[in-house]
Amino acid sequence: MPSVSVGNVGQLAIDLVISTLDMPKVGYFYTDCLVPMVGNNPYATAEENSTELSINAEVYSLPSKKLVVLQIRSPFIKNKYRSFSQTVLSWVKSSKCARVILLSSSHAYQRDDQQLHSTPLRYLLSPTIQKTVGDQMQELNWKEMEKVAVYPEINNAEKVLHIPGGGITKLLFTESCSKGIPMAVLLKFCSEGDNIPDALALVNYLNEWLQLIKNEQSSSTTTTASHWKIPSSWKLLFGSGLPPALF
Amino acid sequence: MATFFGEVVTALSRAGVDEEEAEREETPEDLEIRRELEKKREVRVRWSPRPEPTPDAPLRCSRLVLSTGRNAVAFLSSFILDSVRWEVVGAVSLWNEWCRTLDATNVLPTDSFCLFYRLLSDPTVLLCQCNCCVAEDQQFQWLEKVFGYIQKKDLQVIILSTCPVTNYKTPESTLTLPSPFLKALKTKEFKDTICCPLLEQPNIVQDLPAAVLSYCQVWQIPAVLYQCYTDVIKLDTVTIETFKPVLSSKIMASLVKDVPESTEMLKKLLATNEIHNNIYT
Repeated sequence: MPSVSVGNVGQLAIDLVISTLDMPKVGYFYTDCLVPMVGNNPYATAEENSTELSINAEVYSLPSKKLVVLQIRSPFIKNKYRSFSQTVLSWVKSSKCARVILLSSSHAYQRDDQQLHSTPLRYLLSPTIQKTVGDQMQELNWKEMEKVAVYPEINNAEKVLHIPGGGITKLLFTESCSKGIPMAVLLKFCSEGDNIPDALALVNYLNEWLQLIKNEQSSSTTTTASHWKIPSSWKLLFGSGLPPALF
Repeated sequence: MATFFGEVVTALSRAGVDEEEAEREETPEDLEIRRELEKKREVRVRWSPRPEPTPDAPLRCSRLVLSTGRNAVAFLSSFILDSVRWEVVGAVSLWNEWCRTLDATNVLPTDSFCLFYRLLSDPTVLLCQCNCCVAEDQQFQWLEKVFGYIQKKDLQVIILSTCPVTNYKTPESTLTLPSPFLKALKTKEFKDTICCPLLEQPNIVQDLPAAVLSYCQVWQIPAVLYQCYTDVIKLDTVTIETFKPVLSSKIMASLVKDVPESTEMLKKLLATNEIHNNIYT
């Protein structure tokens, strides 16, 4: 599932997963915690499948990959984010998922010197999931999200987890740690703007682990050519066309 | 983030939740203030049929026609509603930063109100004129207080609403679009023909119409929304008349008034609106 966070990167990445794997919708996460919105099928590929109504939080599933995805399409209503966290975690716990993966992002401008020089992708594992996938993260050579000093430059001893711009990422993660939920957080440092490249980077990061789609490694470069399908709802992300009279 | 003028400003985040805000524990004073605000923002519905409907004994309803915004409200007032065939059966009272609804049932187009009417010849037909802003945090409450008290079996819902044409996303410029124009969205269960094209991706609908349509989609109630995209923000005949194709739909056809009566009503509404919209009054 995504966190509504800076650049909406988690949500964009989830869109790519649903669109590429052609995941069918299996239900609605009907809640009073999110701003209502509706629109026609955001993953429409043809006239026939473009008329199904979508709401602000929906669940998609692909049994062949044992994958369930929750997509969130609108921000929280004021003071409702805690209620939402509780509801979603209680749903996750009762559905007995083997792993819960939260896709998120954090403000790039809050990185320290070390973070500026390394990869912009980070992960976090709750103690429950650490036991099962901790080794995989080592093999993948991923970087764990660093803790920051509570009072930097004064006292570097006390460190806490800080995910600025991550929305409810930290809340969901700390709650998962205390409730024994196997949660992994995958996040990217980014800024607001055209966040499609950030979403692609994050979804490729997820794919390194879950292997949802085949990646073709180009031998001449270090970039992987991946086949993520951009959903039809991503057109006109920056508004309508320009009036010809402007020129 | 630095602006062009060199000042440093905090970049607004789409995250919506400030981490510091999320971490700060609510003090008892904060909790008290929040509770008071919630009480002030509570949505209340006063139903007049006796006995009053309850969730266990809801109001019988086969059709719910809902209009939101002054042009859609004026359309129903001109072409459907009158004081002879319809009676007031409910009133919503709410307060938010944008409006406070009136307690009266005798309302002007410039007033804030949300009233329910019932067709005398068929009491299962309900009409709701919502001429007030229902804030984000009140929309769910509105749904609970309305749909919780009306029968949902064999219910059909039609929603009329307006939206600024600048919100419409199109590859051409919105300046060249022949506005006003009508677009529709319908739930899976809605099988009747619709009288205009469907709203194309990536366009979305928000506010109360979205809340009602989401509710209907989730609870499998046949519902259709007709959204009029217009470049006029005040009460306007051209915008109102854009809804006319809806009158030939199955849900609405039997409710339409005579044409001369409608034209007269429309003229009166616009005149009243002009008087009350005078900046000197």
